[in-house]
Amino acid sequence: MTPFRFKRPSIIPGFGMTLGFTLAYLALIVLIPLAGLVWRSAALGWEGFFNVAIDPRTVNAMKISFGTSFIAALVNVVFGVIVAWVLVRYRFPGRRIIDAIVDLPFALPTAVAGIALTALYAKNGWIGKWLEPLGIKVAFTPLGIVIALIFIGLPFVVRTVQPVMEEIRKEVEEAAATLGATRFQTITRVLLPGLQPAILTGFALAFARAVGEYGSVIFIAGNLPYVSEIAPLLIVIRLEEFDYAGATAIATIMLSISFLMLLVINLIQAWSRRRYGYGT
Amino acid sequence: MAHDLPISNESAKAWHPATTESRTARFVLIATALAFLGLFLLLPLIAVFVEAFRKGPEAYLAAFAEPDALAAIRLTLLVAAIAVPLNIVFGVVAAWAIAKFEFKGKAFLTTLIDLPFSVSPVISGLVYVLLFSSQSFLGPWLKSHGIEVLFAVPGIVLATVFVTFPFVARELIPLMQDQGTTDEEAALSLGANGWQTFWHVTLPNIKWGLLYGVLLCNARAMGEFGAVSVVSGHIRGLTNTMPLHVEILYNEYNFVAAFAVASLLALLALVTLVLKTLLELRYGAELRAAGGH
Amino acid sequence: MEVRVSGVRKEFDRFPALHDVSLDINSGELIALLGPSGSGKTTLLRLIAGLETPTDGKVFFGDEDASLKSVQERNVGFVFQHYALFRHMTVIDNVGFGLKVRPGANRPSKEEIRRRSSELLDFVQLSGLEKRYPAQLSGGQRQRVALARAMAIEPRVLLLDEPFGALDAKVRKELRRWLREIHDKTQHTTVFVTHDQDEALELADRVVVMSQGKIEQVGTPDEVYDRPNSPFVYSFIGESSSLDVSIQSGTIHLGDKALDLKSEQADGKGVLYFRPHDVELLGGSEARISGVVIASRRVGATRRVELEIDGTESRVEIEIPADHPAKVGSPLAFLPKHWRVFGKSA
Repeated sequence: MTPFRFKRPSIIPGFGMTLGFTLAYLALIVLIPLAGLVWRSAALGWEGFFNVAIDPRTVNAMKISFGTSFIAALVNVVFGVIVAWVLVRYRFPGRRIIDAIVDLPFALPTAVAGIALTALYAKNGWIGKWLEPLGIKVAFTPLGIVIALIFIGLPFVVRTVQPVMEEIRKEVEEAAATLGATRFQTITRVLLPGLQPAILTGFALAFARAVGEYGSVIFIAGNLPYVSEIAPLLIVIRLEEFDYAGATAIATIMLSISFLMLLVINLIQAWSRRRYGYGT
Repeated sequence: MAHDLPISNESAKAWHPATTESRTARFVLIATALAFLGLFLLLPLIAVFVEAFRKGPEAYLAAFAEPDALAAIRLTLLVAAIAVPLNIVFGVVAAWAIAKFEFKGKAFLTTLIDLPFSVSPVISGLVYVLLFSSQSFLGPWLKSHGIEVLFAVPGIVLATVFVTFPFVARELIPLMQDQGTTDEEAALSLGANGWQTFWHVTLPNIKWGLLYGVLLCNARAMGEFGAVSVVSGHIRGLTNTMPLHVEILYNEYNFVAAFAVASLLALLALVTLVLKTLLELRYGAELRAAGGH
Repeated sequence: MEVRVSGVRKEFDRFPALHDVSLDINSGELIALLGPSGSGKTTLLRLIAGLETPTDGKVFFGDEDASLKSVQERNVGFVFQHYALFRHMTVIDNVGFGLKVRPGANRPSKEEIRRRSSELLDFVQLSGLEKRYPAQLSGGQRQRVALARAMAIEPRVLLLDEPFGALDAKVRKELRRWLREIHDKTQHTTVFVTHDQDEALELADRVVVMSQGKIEQVGTPDEVYDRPNSPFVYSFIGESSSLDVSIQSGTIHLGDKALDLKSEQADGKGVLYFRPHDVELLGGSEARISGVVIASRRVGATRRVELEIDGTESRVEIEIPADHPAKVGSPLAFLPKHWRVFGKSA
């Protein structure tokens, strides 16, 4: 057995200094503040924690956050895969611009997206005024939340699936064709299942981002308690009421779920690498 | 993998390569993708500019003549000017430690660095509120020494540093890992010291990746809303960044001014996208190792 | 199944990849398409499969015009250079794929598909690996799965693109022998592409030598090796030496010297091709190719010498017995036992 060694010897200098600085900065900016949240939450005790957790308004906000995020991530999986496919497979004028536009939600401040989407979907807005006579209300309903979450989640799916799609060898599709598979069978039985780990990861990333999203949602959501109030907004409301205990409890629940999602994403990738020999 | 249209030929009119779809299917897919992107991404972007100019250029410009708007712009620039360099230094240092050495717990450390990406912006702000509020240990002590963190510039900077924390590091770590250590070893064997090696060998190798990370970091730093909103206290002219100013104007039904300020942020996003695309086109092969976002 | 390629031409974006290629493949034959890269051999294989469409010309399977059929309808077993296994499917699912995607009426039952896939895996000596994923197999094993998958659809013709190209030398030799055995058992009409002449000569019933989009020669391994019909085949297969010569009234001349070699070709300039090991060393220099040894190397069981031909600056390599006394500077004379003269192409 080799003796335990923390670091493999190297002639490159600066390990102690750079690692020390990294750990210190990480601790100061991220770890200690997060630990503070956990500590404050623990100070609530089980009873205090539960009282917040089972409060109907909290439960509803959670349901709305997770429900709308789930639907938005599903929509993004469907259209994100189509967008990625079109960008990877087809050559058409403006493709490069379209490819760049996909990253818009990463670059556009969420508050800007929020007010723009509201302008579009309000009942006198560009799109809203056409939907209003049909009896479809988007702004100030959960549907509006879904729209905003589709906006911010799309690039996560496209950018996760796209590189894996690019690596598909043409030969694999040709092999399926020589074996008698129709184009539809090749896509549904060979290509999409092969993309499954990437699609799952994209879904998880879009979902995780959507659950925590705040800026793009609050303008369009209308923020009616029990109807269109998302969990991050409820945290802000509790803070404004100086109800730090309430804010902390909700935040702790959400944080735990975020970390769970992170774990799930890592597990998907590890599983995919182990079984299929490729990650996402 | 480009699949060009098949060259029409007489012997088999119906033939098309086994690796692409029929013309109709291709058309439907492209149309679907374009319609979806147009509706969900492009239209909101256009709406920002149209709404900003709804009452003409004078009304648009008037929005920037207001002292509160100017203060918001100044504060946004100030916050980015502090937060971005901090995270550049951290990103480079962390990437050096992680990419150039093999040590136990490296994968875990990399995951920790990515952590802020999986935390809701609101929670990112909340953790600092809890840390520095009057109910905490630190808050009253700092206050007695005349240092305000919450509802002041330091809190905004801290929250911004938190949310933009991983950008530079996660761009550089895979890039530097991919480049290995042979260049540095060569420089050291030629008698360069550690600092010279970094400055003359490593930095030129990673400069485009660094720029890419800085670009994304800056866009997020200037545009962050949720985290900053929680710690800022929304004091007009003092602790309002541009995104917060947009919110206030919007909630006051001053839509033209709200969209005018928003249009500046949208321009920032467009410039970021253009520069990012140019970097990818020009240095795509070098950046690719860094892979995605 | 006989396969007939008739007058096929293929252009990619105006760049010609095949010029007017015709080839008859007999039923049950194992045939090799041999040529350097860019010779069009893979394009020809893909045209037979239906993965490419000819710009001109036709492909027949038996009497049926296959050019009118899509890849899916042609029922060919194609084995790709890098195997192209479906990486998210287990080995047995890969093998059964072609049966599973058949239209309802022709699709065997689930149990039947499973049974036939297992049989094939048994046949390619991979029993026990059914549940593995391609990523968990060695290169040689993947190649066998690819072959089993191609055979599962009971193909009319088996097409293999550089089947051993991605394998290391030892596995390659093993699989070569094994493929021959499989072919002898199943009697599938089989076409494989290779750039490796040893592989083609050892394995194939007939070899199709290709260069620059044309077929240079078709023949048994003996024919293409012993009687190459073009300078290209001479130099591409086996070793060859060449000398500029001229033909004057039925006799081959080296410079002004008449050699003891007769040719029925018309008078004019030409190039004499022969195998360096297929020469007879002779005394004297009259009517012989004679020169001075300028380099000598021991190669395996023989010695290879480079001669500078008397009265010229041209050099030629021949093989002599290892115990031959010739050294650098010694004079040496020989005549090829088998040879051909090709007219100098304009």
